[in-house]
Amino acid sequence: MDDFLVSLIGATLRVATPLIFATLGELFCERAGILNLGIEGIMFLGAFAGFTTASLTGSLWLGLIGAIISGMLSGLLLSFFAVRLGVNQHVSGLGLTLLATALSLFLFRVIFKENQNLPSVVPFQQLNLFPNNPILHEIFSQYLLTYIAIAIIPVVWFIIFRTNYGLKIRSVGDNPEATDAAGINVYRLRTSALVIGGGLMAIGGAFLSIAQLGKFTFGIIEGRGWVCIALIIFGNWHPVKVLWGALLFGGVQALQSRLQITGIKLPYELFLALPYIVTIIALTLAGRNASYPAALLKPYKRE
Amino acid sequence: MSKLRIERAAAPLWAKPLIPIVAVLVTFLVTSVLIIIAKANPVSAYYHLLIEPLSTRFSVLEVLVKSTPLILTGIAVTVAFASGYFNIGAEGQLYAGAIAAAWIGSTFVNLPAIVVIPLMMLLGFLAGVIWALIPALLKIKLKVDEVVTTLLMNSIMVYVVSWLLNGVWRNPETGAQQSPEFFEAARYIKLAAKSRLHLGFIVALVVVVIIYILIKKTPLGLKMRASGASKAGAQFAGINVNRTMLVAALISGGIAGLAGVGEIAGIHYHLINELSAGYGYTGIIAATLGGLNPIGVLIAALFIGLIGTGSLNVSMALRVPVYLGDVVQSTLLLVTLAMLLLQNYRIKRI
Repeated sequence: MDDFLVSLIGATLRVATPLIFATLGELFCERAGILNLGIEGIMFLGAFAGFTTASLTGSLWLGLIGAIISGMLSGLLLSFFAVRLGVNQHVSGLGLTLLATALSLFLFRVIFKENQNLPSVVPFQQLNLFPNNPILHEIFSQYLLTYIAIAIIPVVWFIIFRTNYGLKIRSVGDNPEATDAAGINVYRLRTSALVIGGGLMAIGGAFLSIAQLGKFTFGIIEGRGWVCIALIIFGNWHPVKVLWGALLFGGVQALQSRLQITGIKLPYELFLALPYIVTIIALTLAGRNASYPAALLKPYKRE
Repeated sequence: MSKLRIERAAAPLWAKPLIPIVAVLVTFLVTSVLIIIAKANPVSAYYHLLIEPLSTRFSVLEVLVKSTPLILTGIAVTVAFASGYFNIGAEGQLYAGAIAAAWIGSTFVNLPAIVVIPLMMLLGFLAGVIWALIPALLKIKLKVDEVVTTLLMNSIMVYVVSWLLNGVWRNPETGAQQSPEFFEAARYIKLAAKSRLHLGFIVALVVVVIIYILIKKTPLGLKMRASGASKAGAQFAGINVNRTMLVAALISGGIAGLAGVGEIAGIHYHLINELSAGYGYTGIIAATLGGLNPIGVLIAALFIGLIGTGSLNVSMALRVPVYLGDVVQSTLLLVTLAMLLLQNYRIKRI
């Protein structure tokens, strides 16, 4: 049973990694007042761009950079619609998801053709911090990106709550009119949040393709972006609480895949649907207490 | 000498139909870059995408087949969006309808078609309503954002379907993940020989007409449009905005459910995980492109169906990946969103 628990903890961290990156990305966007429903597509594009760059250049790190650039460009594209033009954030965000997904599939086929065997790269290897201790070895045998994911949580917290930039982001998400009156460029600030957010989301996607799988499959994201939309509410727009949410989700996922192996008969779909159900319940209970950024979904127009 | 000035005012009426046309042209210009990347000639690619499907009887009918679910999900989205309720959950509601149909169509073997088909439509509609009910109630009772909840309900539905297909509906002999076959009487009749065009297309057209009348000609439609234009304004005029949004959300869910019924009773005859190719989301494209006007949505859905059929031709003739169709559709959505803003401006001579 100890083995079971130890491997469960290890797997939980692995499942949580892409969620942490992408949810922190969404946090930047939403704190600045933009609901980014492009997240699912940006993660998909990040997985594609990361894999493709890594495969063509032979460097996983260049792959990661390629993914980040693809995510930042996606954020920039969305900012043109949701910030500059101020169109409906739901529709433009979903539009970005559809476009980024279609574009990835299209370019993947152009570059790698229709192949019987999926192309692959040798992915990032797990670091082995405690080679001699069997328990710690199992838990801390993780990808570098997992450690980075956990390390950037305090960084994001610091940026949002302790820096001048973070203060501006929060104020533009709560009251863009007042922010503008204080002489701050609302458009530029929101755009920067979307670009940073997009980059983080893409890392989440790229983790799956160039660390965990070494492949790009068409079902690689499979709704993880929507999980992040749920996690951000669950975590009340706070970076540290987001971590707990991501770990909880990762734990449930890791548990269900392990229970399946042990042969215990449980409808695993219930486990998979659980985070969504819990989020809806959490939303219901939080009701008006949920601390939505006040100007979320409200386009800002300078008259 | 007169100068021209752009000012903020409603664009002249004649300019409105120009917007989607210009959006289509801009989209083709943008996406031709990708066709060149795929080493094909954009002009011939667009010939295969847009003209070739209209050249044979079979492929014209195939365009209608592909449009059928999109007309319904597009109308479903329209009813909700026009009322200020952002239902992103048409995908899940579609599957809810399909589940109801899958049950009826494989259970009541002894019923004649005249009974079982209407029963299936009714229950499919109701299933969509039920799946739409939870987010709608949360919205009007507790002000929980419907975009997030409807989106989450889509994800939950994925697992409901997978649970059914892995459990009670798993084929005990082959292990295939599909529900039992429809019996003959429960299948939608074919509208034309040697084609896949089915009764669902007529259902979709009828729904377009009903919703057109509902939105444009009835008191409820007026309330819906008022709520969509300005919740505060509608409230001030004495309209019960919450109840109006609830009704719109439920009608929307029901129509999306009908789309699911059509796909299963008209094409597949059993429930599978991949029943919908994202029709619930594509419905948002159709609704936006059609300017939330049922007739416009019908035209937009037919156009998207054309692109869907044509993208197969492009990939066969020119080896351009079939996903060109998806790229064109999503680009068109974004371009249209930007173009729609032009409605608020007119050019004036001063």
